[in-house]
Amino acid sequence: MLGRTANGLYWMFRYIERAENSARLIDAGLRMSLTRSEATEDDWEGVLQSADVRELYDQVHEGLTSGDAIDFLLRDRANPSSVMSCIEAGRNNARMVRTALTRETWEAINECWIEMKGILARRAKTTDMPEIIDTIKRRAGLIRGAFHGTMLRNEIFNFSRIGTFIERADNTARILDVKYYVLLPAVSAVGSSMDNVQWESILRSVSAHRSYGWVYDAELRPANIADFLIANGRMPRSLAYCYDKLVSNLGYLAREYGERHAAHETAEQTLGLLRSQSIAEIMDQGLHQYLKEFINQNNRLGREISDGYRFYQ
Amino acid sequence: MINADSSPRQPYSTYHQWYASQDRNRLIAKSKEAEKIFRKTGITFAVYGHADSSEKLIPFDLIPRIISGREWRRLAQGIEQRVIALNAFLDDIYHKQEIIRAGRIPRELIERNDAFLPQMIGFRPPGGVYTHIVGTDIVRTGEDQYYVLEDNARTPSGVSYMLENRETMMQMFPELFHQNRVRPVENYPNLLRQSLASLAPAGCNGKPRVAVLTPGIYNSAFYEHAFLADMMGVELVEGSDLRVIDGRVKMRTTRGYEAIDVLYRRVDDDFLDPLTFRPDSALGIPGIMDVYRAGNITIANAPGTGIADDKAIYSYMPEIVEFYTGRKPLLENVPTWRCSEPKSLAYVLEHLAELVVKEVHGSGGYGMLVGPTATKKECAAFAEKLKSRPGNYIAQPTLSLSTVPIMVNKGIAPRHVDLRPYVLVSDKVQIIPGGLTRVALKEGSLVVNSSQGGGTKDTWVLED
Repeated sequence: MLGRTANGLYWMFRYIERAENSARLIDAGLRMSLTRSEATEDDWEGVLQSADVRELYDQVHEGLTSGDAIDFLLRDRANPSSVMSCIEAGRNNARMVRTALTRETWEAINECWIEMKGILARRAKTTDMPEIIDTIKRRAGLIRGAFHGTMLRNEIFNFSRIGTFIERADNTARILDVKYYVLLPAVSAVGSSMDNVQWESILRSVSAHRSYGWVYDAELRPANIADFLIANGRMPRSLAYCYDKLVSNLGYLAREYGERHAAHETAEQTLGLLRSQSIAEIMDQGLHQYLKEFINQNNRLGREISDGYRFYQ
Repeated sequence: MINADSSPRQPYSTYHQWYASQDRNRLIAKSKEAEKIFRKTGITFAVYGHADSSEKLIPFDLIPRIISGREWRRLAQGIEQRVIALNAFLDDIYHKQEIIRAGRIPRELIERNDAFLPQMIGFRPPGGVYTHIVGTDIVRTGEDQYYVLEDNARTPSGVSYMLENRETMMQMFPELFHQNRVRPVENYPNLLRQSLASLAPAGCNGKPRVAVLTPGIYNSAFYEHAFLADMMGVELVEGSDLRVIDGRVKMRTTRGYEAIDVLYRRVDDDFLDPLTFRPDSALGIPGIMDVYRAGNITIANAPGTGIADDKAIYSYMPEIVEFYTGRKPLLENVPTWRCSEPKSLAYVLEHLAELVVKEVHGSGGYGMLVGPTATKKECAAFAEKLKSRPGNYIAQPTLSLSTVPIMVNKGIAPRHVDLRPYVLVSDKVQIIPGGLTRVALKEGSLVVNSSQGGGTKDTWVLED
């Protein structure tokens, strides 16, 4: 396969993942401002930080309002992580690597782009938000379904999956890192209603507010939330799950190509740590420091994959 | 579709019965459905110079154009004869130039032509094939009366529409394909791949590696390039993906550099090799012509084939066919006045309102004058252009093209069409039974180009 095609697949799936993530962050933000009587613009501050676009926002807007923040996250082309920017970038990559995709997968992303372009042509009204978020999730689901249902399990599949999980691991780590302070033991000793809202918001940002109850008891506890998002191998957005998938997809490539790269070492090492360290140990070391290092390591893995498999644009 | 006595023409009889039994509203709904299918599959093309309309659809008409098996066989013989002559002509002008020596074609017409590539002199491509893929443009003027408009021996496009139009028709009206015995076109990508692979360089061991070269996603025909690569199961590459290493053309893969044996290029000669042709080309591969001349890659179609479909050469096609096949051409040429000749120019200027005037190197329906539909002012302006550069133009009479029905708001209406069958050349000549039928959607119009508001329809060749 061309190094350019592998690169295109990798980024196509990173962008699709990011689009969904941005939509989920908006959803969590909206929810928070609904449940809190003293809703402040601070909530959106956190959302923008989780999306890693806080500084970019200030370059475009004078002050922080919920309306501007939503618009920035949803459809501003000046924001490369906005839902619309991501869908467009994902679709452009898909168009470039079209020969690598099944017709069903291509049509799913192309139709997603056609529909979202229509829906997001104008600034969205607050009343329309639930429907818009729903459409984004549904469209992303259709892309995923077409991809899983029709693609050959070959290198094309592996590079796509690797893009998905590098992006997802980064997103989950960021969401946790922005809110790490509300998970600190000192603060959480007494679970105020304010804390509960924050905790639930973290879970919502990764669509895990329901599944949490199935795995832990109904009560929200910071250590359990951190455990769920970092170490729980059954939670599809956890760091451990992402790395499990990264290691297995890189493993398929190593077998098919008959060679290993630095990326294989890095991914396996990270997975090993995720499996062996308890959440108590991580919290003791310092959650913020841990997440910062994880994000750096994840970026390094991305570069190593790109070098090892000769990606180029 | 309909005879003068208002009975349906023979190949249309089964279809006509079906059509008469259809509910109009259902057909209109189907028509919209077709558009949706095209939009979501991304069957779009780009129109140059329209920044905001970067992806347009070619209108699709759902009434098929139907050709009887008998009529097709005659047509196919004529096309085959012509394609064989084209290849013989190319081989001759790049070698002994006997046709020039025999005085049938003026030397300067060849050697002063931009499409003639001196780099090809004395070189014979693998298998002696120059035009691997040809799309002959044909118009019908009456029963068994066909004229060739253009030979399209460089890089004919549009074959993806032939395939998608058929696919769409089969999806929407499966019953029609039970009732009519329509010859298949779907195996085109397989035939193309086999045909290309069979012409790999002599030194190629094992399974030849084929790739499609595209100028990139901003090219108007990118969809088609991606589609063909996908359907053939071969790599789609851009110039920047390729490099000449150790005398081979290699592509940058996830495992390192790997050699290509056959390149189906959809990039013009000028841009193919910046070291040989346009130095500013970013679409080509520096040094590919050296690899080619050393016999280490097959390029399809061969560089320099453009000389055979040049509009000035076109007027000599009857002589060319006769010279190389020893027989009269089975298909007619449209009578052509070469404006470079003073007598012809005088005639053309006098009869401008009856003629179609085209640029010798033009394509896509740009820069032409359709006399009968042009205003006096347009004619006068064009006459000035003609006088200042007569050698740049040829003129042809407007033929009374036959029409086929299309769906319009009020029912069906006749429109002018042309036909582009696709031909694959290897050690044999294969003509795909069908092709691309382009329709001039505007009432009375003769211009079928998609960039000028033309549409397409499925083309059926019946088994009979």
